[in-house]
Amino acid sequence: MKVSEEDVAYVADLANLDLTPQERAGMVRDLNSILDYIEKLNALDTTNVEPMAQVSDRYGVDKSKRGSERFSYASRDDVPEGLRQSLPREEALENAPDADGVFFRVPKVIER
Amino acid sequence: MLRSLTIESARPGVQQRSTTALALAEEHYFRIQKEDEQIGAFLTLCRERALEQADRIDRMAAEGNPLPPLAGVPVAIKDVLNTRGVRTTAGSKILEHYIPPYDCTAVARMEAAGAVVLGKTNCDEFAMGSSNENSAFRPVHNPRALDRVPGGSSGGSAAAVAADMAVAALGSDTGGSIRQPASFCGVVGLMPTYGRVSRYGLIAFASSLDHIGPITKTVKDAAIVLGVIAGRDPMDSTSADLPVPDYVAELAKQARGLKVGVAKEYFGEGLDDEVRHAVESAIDKLKHLGCEIVPISLPHTPYAIPTYYIIATAEASSNLARYDGVRYGYRARGVKSLSEMYRRSRDEGFGAEVKRRIMLGTYALSAGYYDAYYLKAQKVRTLLTRDFEEAFQKVDAIVTPTSPTAAFRLGEKSNDPLAMYLADIYTVTADLAGVPGISIPCGNTRDNLPIGLQILGRHFDEATVLRIAHAYEQSWAASALRL
Repeated sequence: MKVSEEDVAYVADLANLDLTPQERAGMVRDLNSILDYIEKLNALDTTNVEPMAQVSDRYGVDKSKRGSERFSYASRDDVPEGLRQSLPREEALENAPDADGVFFRVPKVIER
Repeated sequence: MLRSLTIESARPGVQQRSTTALALAEEHYFRIQKEDEQIGAFLTLCRERALEQADRIDRMAAEGNPLPPLAGVPVAIKDVLNTRGVRTTAGSKILEHYIPPYDCTAVARMEAAGAVVLGKTNCDEFAMGSSNENSAFRPVHNPRALDRVPGGSSGGSAAAVAADMAVAALGSDTGGSIRQPASFCGVVGLMPTYGRVSRYGLIAFASSLDHIGPITKTVKDAAIVLGVIAGRDPMDSTSADLPVPDYVAELAKQARGLKVGVAKEYFGEGLDDEVRHAVESAIDKLKHLGCEIVPISLPHTPYAIPTYYIIATAEASSNLARYDGVRYGYRARGVKSLSEMYRRSRDEGFGAEVKRRIMLGTYALSAGYYDAYYLKAQKVRTLLTRDFEEAFQKVDAIVTPTSPTAAFRLGEKSNDPLAMYLADIYTVTADLAGVPGISIPCGNTRDNLPIGLQILGRHFDEATVLRIAHAYEQSWAASALRL
């Protein structure tokens, strides 16, 4: 068993989930079964292998340049109203579960 | 009648006024009304938007103007692609009432090319699943056998095309979600190279693996749609600044002389005998078409599923952190604090598989485990990509089964997450390496369930993939249209 019930509670906390006691038990079972399978990867020697975060790490970059310059094709000028106008306030608030017409409204954050 | 309607045949009809875009849209809505209660492919219909667009196309045709490539073609859009003013749920309760304020680039390009968007299709929640059973709304039934799954996660898009409720559809593919349902439903599904099609407006699952692509009745239709949606988009910095070839023109080239690799790792344990037989016959057929069949090895293939389930879940755990009940989406009622609001909104809004993946991804990224899981998986991703790079020095394309089995029964795997993950064993490799792949029908099982042939190609070489697929489809007696 790699993952205990305490681990599940800790990870759920990191992920902003509560989970019911029943869900936690199921999660202990499922995560252990999946992680056991993932264990397979340890059979591979990956010393000196570069990690790959993106396909575009390998394609589209200008290899003659260094650092972020290599990705210059993907950059643009940083201007406030660039490619797209900001959404009008009414539209931005339209999907809000609770708003007062100017701001999103949430439960009180600071206790007095 | 609708069965034989393709993009290729619909547009000339609208142009020459032998039919109208309006009539095509109405015919498809009628079909949806009749069929979709038992199939469940659509979550939302956008009749007003469709009829307005159809009217616009018909007026263009009446004026005798040349029509754009998708003029009047009724299409369905997977519900992970944002459509301005039309509800977009990602198959999740957390977005049940979400109305996007903008359009996904791929959808906007489809409409600019004249496509008529009929509605939004059902899918696994946040595209996480291989059977469409993870939809928060309802499962989709395979039109070919209603007790079977349509595959996933783009199950609604594949079922809509297979059941003639749309001429073409857009789906998304993160681990096989276009190709596997296309295979299960007996239609064509194309996943383009990573970066070929803008992801702007696609609700993110795993950003380094997500792809948008077409599901169609024929290979030529897939080529037409790809030509419309491909190309650099300044709104997606990972979209490649490379010229878009004329994919349809490329189809005219013969397959003769192309080197086609067959990797033994895709024919091992777990492959169903009927699928194996159909795929081997397809390989024979390619040989008869003049392709040179070359045995190859992609040695790291057995490590693809574990690699995928670390990287995809790690990225998902971060992407789905945004659903907190503040700006849009579901918010739990009666909460007393901000923290309780986040937790209860997510607890009540997400389904079981989404929570499972968020948990796995959060675990893999958490302090003390990052190197052992996430970094390790990124390194194996390099090895898997090198496998393809080496193979593509020897061959022009690689053929494999799309899925180890034909469509399974609803409920058959829904209680065993690992068994479900293994349904993607032949498709996740291309997502990880970013190479393009297509699934095309290559036969049926004794139970008359479709079998899919997968063809993979070099980065940005969809043209060769389509060319081989087209040659095979043309030569096959029972083409996708004659099911």
